[in-house]
Amino acid sequence: MLNSILWTPLIFGLIAMLVPKRLAPWTAGAGAVITLALAIAVLAGFDPDGGMQYVVDTEWISGLGIDYSLGIDGISVFLVLLTALAWVPAIAFTALRGVERPGLYYFMLAAGETATLGAFLAQDLILFVLFFDLMIVPFYFLFGIWGRDRDGVTVQSATLKMIVYTLIGSLLMLVGAIAVGVIAADGGPLTFSIAELTEKGLPNGSQNWIFWFFAAAFLVKMPAFPLHGWMPDSYRAAPVASLAVFSAVLSKVGAYGFLRVVLPIMPDATELFQTAMLVIALCSIIYGSFMAFTRFDLRLILGFSSVAQLGFITAGIFALNESGSEGAVLQMVNHGLVVVPAFLVVALIAERTGSEQLGPMGGLAKRAPVFAVIFLIVTMATLAIPASANFIGEFFILNGIWQTDVAIAVIASSGVVWAAFYALRMYQRTMHNPLPDDADSREISLRDALVVVPMVACVVVLAFSPQLIVHSSEPAVAENVVSVFDDAKAGTEGEYVASAGAGERADGGENHGSEAAGETGGNGEAGHGEASQ
Amino acid sequence: MNFDAPTIDYAGLSPIISLTAGLVVVVLVAVFDSVKRFGPALALLTLAVTAGCLIWQWGTEADLVAGSLRIDGLAVTLSLLVVVSAAVAILLSRDDPASSQAGESDYLGLLLGSVLGMVMLTQAQNILTFFVALELLSIPLYALCGTDLRRRESLESGLKYLIVGSVGSATLLYGLAMVYGGSGATGFTEIAQGFSSGGPDLLDDSLVLVGVGMVAVGLSFKVSIAPFHQWTPDVYQGAPTPITAFMAVATKIAAFAIFIRFFLVALGPLIDQWDVMLAALAAISIVVGNVGALAQSSLKRMLGYSGIAQAGYMLCGIVVGTQAGVDALVFYLAAYVAMNLAAFAVVVIHERRTGFSDRIASLKGLGREDPAVAWPLTIAMLALAGLPPTAGFIGKLYLIQALIEGDWTWLAVMIAVGTMISLAYYLRVVATVWMRAEPATDPGPAAPGGGATAIDSGDLPPVIAGAAPDAFEDHGSGRRWYLLGPAALGAAVTIFFGVIPQPLVEFAQQAGNALAPYIS
Repeated sequence: MLNSILWTPLIFGLIAMLVPKRLAPWTAGAGAVITLALAIAVLAGFDPDGGMQYVVDTEWISGLGIDYSLGIDGISVFLVLLTALAWVPAIAFTALRGVERPGLYYFMLAAGETATLGAFLAQDLILFVLFFDLMIVPFYFLFGIWGRDRDGVTVQSATLKMIVYTLIGSLLMLVGAIAVGVIAADGGPLTFSIAELTEKGLPNGSQNWIFWFFAAAFLVKMPAFPLHGWMPDSYRAAPVASLAVFSAVLSKVGAYGFLRVVLPIMPDATELFQTAMLVIALCSIIYGSFMAFTRFDLRLILGFSSVAQLGFITAGIFALNESGSEGAVLQMVNHGLVVVPAFLVVALIAERTGSEQLGPMGGLAKRAPVFAVIFLIVTMATLAIPASANFIGEFFILNGIWQTDVAIAVIASSGVVWAAFYALRMYQRTMHNPLPDDADSREISLRDALVVVPMVACVVVLAFSPQLIVHSSEPAVAENVVSVFDDAKAGTEGEYVASAGAGERADGGENHGSEAAGETGGNGEAGHGEASQ
Repeated sequence: MNFDAPTIDYAGLSPIISLTAGLVVVVLVAVFDSVKRFGPALALLTLAVTAGCLIWQWGTEADLVAGSLRIDGLAVTLSLLVVVSAAVAILLSRDDPASSQAGESDYLGLLLGSVLGMVMLTQAQNILTFFVALELLSIPLYALCGTDLRRRESLESGLKYLIVGSVGSATLLYGLAMVYGGSGATGFTEIAQGFSSGGPDLLDDSLVLVGVGMVAVGLSFKVSIAPFHQWTPDVYQGAPTPITAFMAVATKIAAFAIFIRFFLVALGPLIDQWDVMLAALAAISIVVGNVGALAQSSLKRMLGYSGIAQAGYMLCGIVVGTQAGVDALVFYLAAYVAMNLAAFAVVVIHERRTGFSDRIASLKGLGREDPAVAWPLTIAMLALAGLPPTAGFIGKLYLIQALIEGDWTWLAVMIAVGTMISLAYYLRVVATVWMRAEPATDPGPAAPGGGATAIDSGDLPPVIAGAAPDAFEDHGSGRRWYLLGPAALGAAVTIFFGVIPQPLVEFAQQAGNALAPYIS
């Protein structure tokens, strides 16, 4: 099952390269739709309490102890679904507009999907690193061949910057991953299975440097504040449809990597550097929000808002408790769902005004109410308005951080306010105000609507039932995060109990609580959150 | 003591015998005009027979010629790689001006002679055979570099290689003499015994250490390890490209074969004395090669510098001194053969099409015009940069794993750092090949040859005696099977072993197993 999900896009991509040009989008599209159907089927048969499921495990390079092992659990199942979902509109959007050298384009896009799915599904550390590295290759070509020089940024320099930044992290991670395997084996037979490595554990001293090797890779990919240097140029140069999936899904692989690899395998180092990571996350939130608020390029606003959002997600993960991690998982899906339509809307705006700069824009809502509503939903979700799933996600995260460190939680919650600033500014400047002469306020075409609306519909649906994701991820989070850090908590019981009390939520003990209990918890916090704002 | 008549192990010697016989035949057919044109075919046949003999000897472990040669997993695997790269070099040489000017049979004879030296070197187990084989490898190459008689650069590169190579050989010979002085033996295993029974004083004896250092320096010249690399870019650029390809790949294989055998077998007892020295050489090489490549505008020079860096990565496999290190090195060499030959085959195609331009800028738009040529180059560059899903990635992974297991984590980090630097120049080639050419700002693509001259006249092939460069132009070179075939095959092999590396891992372990008795 997971094998077919993983390889379907690539196989269809290869076919797309061989068939006549006009069939290429159909072939790639069929691949993406089948992948989505398979992902839904996996979700339908998914048992939240079943641990790792649909496991595939065969030897790959026996000489090096590397296995080809795939699996899916509560943390990854929705991310896999998100990936499968995000690629469909990306392909459809490009197909409606046509592209030069379509065969190569759809092959690269499909290869990107396979690599990303591989990173989410891999249960062998080296396999994970391999897919993580592989992800960037098709996007390097996508951005490089189909991107455009913009605002003095050449495609060549932008893509080079992107790949060098990303791979600096990935290569260190490769060294780190091998070191994990070798050190954990301690002379015995080598294995890179993430589950086995978690069980074996690492000596304290080596965890510390390996932690940063992994963190470098993940923080660059997100990107997080001091390591985001590649982002502005690449976002400006990239073709919009591939940028949408890039921003929606690839950035999540970094956050996912922390949950899947770093927390379980390097618990001691994680705890040691918890504050450092929280500070990095905080810087990302503040810096990202500030930049998003001051930029005029729509792509950069979205890009920097991603930096801020991923700061939230990182902070949630490094709260190292159930609430934070569940919020992070939920927020990863939320953000992915919001970003894809957001970038497509930016492309549609650019088609109407001929520019992606906020300055000369305005009034697009005049004769395009539906278009405006679509954008409004996306905007509201981005600023995490109460009742949106993003609100629940951010709330879980803030609640988690609150239990860990009140000061950081207070500063982080200011990010919620910032988000309202930049999201509303973006909406107002494009949709309201007088319409410039050269802009064309045109309603969204039916075909474009068919591409964008399903994703927006998912945002709305998720707003009504975020518990779907929260409860599916709960057992996995309990296993990967809570159980790992429970022992440690026992040592500093007093502090944790006190902060848990402040959060009105007895953490840890209630992990396996019923759905109803979880929901009431969520609602209770929601009220609390509004009060505090 | 019995004096038996010496038995000759013809089976074990069969690769050397077939090569020697083929060499003689190829040189002799030139005398007869009627069969002259079969020269390349005969040379290829010779290599095929040699490869057959090597495969036949797969799994044999035996001393030959009174212990001066040894056929074992290491020798067989690396000889096979040498033979494959020689075959590709012969294919790439077809229609090359160099081979016709020098006389095709002489050219092929020299090439086969060099291959013979390499095959012997992979088997050498005695200081004397070591040196003889090394010279047999080198001397034909000096001549081959200068075979493109009408290009001054080619002659210059031949002379440069001769001088530098001789210095390297002389250094090596001094070193070997001192090692002999210290151990009192010429056979590798006897040298090791001599050192281990000599006590700690011998191991720290300054003359012995100087000798070991000089051997390392001499071999570093051959595999172009920095800081003994200065000849590499010049010679690579000046030599006829098929010869450059052969040198870049085959010489490295053979020299690494003896590097492994001499240091791990003969100097095994001194590993604590030489491992830090070799580690330093490897680290310097990684830095110098990668940084040097950044500034290159000629593809051949760039590949030369990249070869220096790659040699640094591979040297790490010896530094570890474990079986896993040898396995990783042999795996990396095999991957290196595939990716480098693919790259050089594309350089040959491109040079013939554009009248000897190997400027990176002249590749602009290749992806659009001729994807069949652009893809092998792209895959080769991605593999050299160590990106998945190529054998280059698995090779780096293997090396890093061996290094970490051997407690050389800092060297593993050096490999990672070097790889990061290398991305900048490998991907520059990929970007030039695929990314949008901007005709408004850059007149380059309109006249690749002419544009190149205007920018940097040093890269224009200087022409002697009135032969116009366009006399060599072959606009259909992208469709010649003997050029496109090696390129496509190299790229396919690179991808194949990137996805299914297990067979190549087992191939490499064959080499490591042969050294198991000598490695602690």
